Amino acid sequence: MERIEGLLGPEDNKSHTLSPYVTGTSVLGLKYKDGVLMAADMGGSYGSTLRYKNVERVKPVGKHSLVGASGEISDFQEIMRYLDELILYDNMWDDDNSLGPKEIHNYLTRVMYNRRNKFDPLWNSLVVGGVKNGKKYLGTVSMLGVHYEDDHIATGFGNHLARPILRAEHSNDMSYEDAVKLLEKCMLVLLYRDRSAINKLQISNITEEGVTISQPYSLKTFWGLSAFKDPTKGAQGSW
Amino acid sequence: MSSIGTGYDLSVTTFSPDGRVFQIEYASKAVDNSGTVIGIKCKDGIVLGVEKLIASKMMLPGSNRRIHAVHRNSGMAVAGLAADGRQIVARTKAEAINYEKTYGEAIPVKELAERVASYVHLCTLYWWLRPFGCGVILGGYDRDGPQLYMVEPSGISHRYYGAAIGKGRQAAKTEIEKLNLAGMSCREGIVEVAKIIYSVHDEAKDKAFELEMSWVCDESNRLHQKVPEDLLNQAIMIAKAALEEMDAD
Amino acid sequence: MDLNLNAPHSMGTTIVGVTYDGGVVLGADSRTSTGMYVANRASDKITQLTDNVYLCRSGSAADSQVVSDYVRHFLHQQTIQQGQPATTKVAANLIRLLAYGNKNSLQTGMIVGGWDKYEGGKIYGVPLGGTIVEQPFAIGGSGSSYLYGFFDQAWRDGMTKDEAEKLVVKAVSLAIARDGASGGVVRTVIINSEGVTRNFYAGDTLPLWHEELEPQNSLLDILASAPAEPMRI
Repeated sequence: MERIEGLLGPEDNKSHTLSPYVTGTSVLGLKYKDGVLMAADMGGSYGSTLRYKNVERVKPVGKHSLVGASGEISDFQEIMRYLDELILYDNMWDDDNSLGPKEIHNYLTRVMYNRRNKFDPLWNSLVVGGVKNGKKYLGTVSMLGVHYEDDHIATGFGNHLARPILRAEHSNDMSYEDAVKLLEKCMLVLLYRDRSAINKLQISNITEEGVTISQPYSLKTFWGLSAFKDPTKGAQGSW
Repeated sequence: MSSIGTGYDLSVTTFSPDGRVFQIEYASKAVDNSGTVIGIKCKDGIVLGVEKLIASKMMLPGSNRRIHAVHRNSGMAVAGLAADGRQIVARTKAEAINYEKTYGEAIPVKELAERVASYVHLCTLYWWLRPFGCGVILGGYDRDGPQLYMVEPSGISHRYYGAAIGKGRQAAKTEIEKLNLAGMSCREGIVEVAKIIYSVHDEAKDKAFELEMSWVCDESNRLHQKVPEDLLNQAIMIAKAALEEMDAD
Repeated sequence: MDLNLNAPHSMGTTIVGVTYDGGVVLGADSRTSTGMYVANRASDKITQLTDNVYLCRSGSAADSQVVSDYVRHFLHQQTIQQGQPATTKVAANLIRLLAYGNKNSLQTGMIVGGWDKYEGGKIYGVPLGGTIVEQPFAIGGSGSSYLYGFFDQAWRDGMTKDEAEKLVVKAVSLAIARDGASGGVVRTVIINSEGVTRNFYAGDTLPLWHEELEPQNSLLDILASAPAEPMRI
């Protein structure tokens, strides 16, 4: 197996003209009464082609964290390999200590920033959510290593389209039902206005009890506005 | 011992005239004096058990562990020099993780045992190294089911239904042979392992000991885990009771 | 005319992999181009990796050959080491390892298909950036853009071997009809517990699609068989 080492990639940092190939779009996350909820659709775009429709973009990391990703899926898969190894080592200590969302987030900020300094960034925006010892946590990191915490977070298109809604309607002590409805409202807007969004999503929930990731499902869309039926009515010209 | 004074026992790279490497045999002696370590393969998984002799009463209970997780689905119990064992454990972890990175799936237990054995064996081949003063029992669960291996200081490794090393290995092996392993669950196996460890422990001659146990089985979701506290305590109770009964006879 | 013979060999391709209830069917066209010139009209883009795992290659012929050569070598090693055949998953992960680690230099998208006793028939797509995706069916190459809708409509879970192979041949022939970079013959490879079957569908036996005409020996035959018609001036 020695020979494979040299094949794993370039050691020189000359030729890094990176652009993403298979990508996922927005991830949303918010704190609510019992923990943190995250939502992402399951699309994997290939340029403008909607090539994959069954990509899980929110994954559990250990017992206390969720990580969601937009951007290059192969890089997200690599990040998950890093995190799974981290969690494996953590579990093997078997010392009743474990990494929480804060530690995972901090680790990711270092990984992302290190790679951008090599001019070979991991092409993702990540959202980390979790609960540990009664503390809710929600943070994000970009491909440049820019990071912050907030009560609600959205990546990519979601930053433009979903966060205004979240700012208006979110509160930290909202119920699970209200939080799910709010996320679905945001996901629907993204579905209407983000070209690479698809109508197949999962909502992931993390509380002190642990992680649950919903089955994939679709939202009902609405096209019943009268102006849609007859766009020329009451106006000259057409769309 | 015939080797003493002949000069053929000073180096791992020198055979004696009758074809033995004494340093390796001495290494085995280090294992033979250790607390007993056993492993059994039940129908649904593996149970590992260690008679961990307590060097000092002032030591924190649970410290100086002799059973280590080496990956999600496999664990390793060490007999002999604990520090040497940790070196083997570190290498085993590295091999398991490296394999998964390359091939995208968990390392088969057989492959892991072979790699550990080669590493242990490698240390018997160079004059600047000393053989490991420990033997290990490796238990794991992969796509071919639960498997149990033992690796000795010489680098020899075999697959077992039941394995024992350390001071009480002979007695332990006799006891394991009496068990109906093919029809036994790990839950039942825990009790048997506890009974054996307690029965081979020589209260008069040996220091006090702590029973350390782990399992990899369907009940633990095929993960290597410490045996849950309640099951361990229950097993210890049964083992002690069995021992008293034997003494009464 | 853009006839650049110095252009690198590239497999503007149609490749397909489909699982069925006992294994997988892989399919590919056979055209390799250098620029606008067809360098090879009967190439084999379905490469053997092990006894039970095959690889569909698209993009740069050179890149995909190098990747498949290395992976074949590593799988060989692993097979000897473990004394049993490598799984499809292991093959796919090795492909991914190289594709992801060298994403900036490799121009190749691949589909891995195979059968093993642990997981049965499996298809993995490894597109340009080195993402790895396990899929019930996968399509790739330039011709695949013409096939998304077709597969969304025609693919079903639990097809028989024959149904799956028919689907593959139909799909590749449809793509050949629309994609100038795909052409020639359709090759299929069927892998299941019984082993491997290779099939060949010559270019002149493929179905005719929209606006395609039945081939003739000569205009003379047409004229000879045509019903007498008043001559037009």
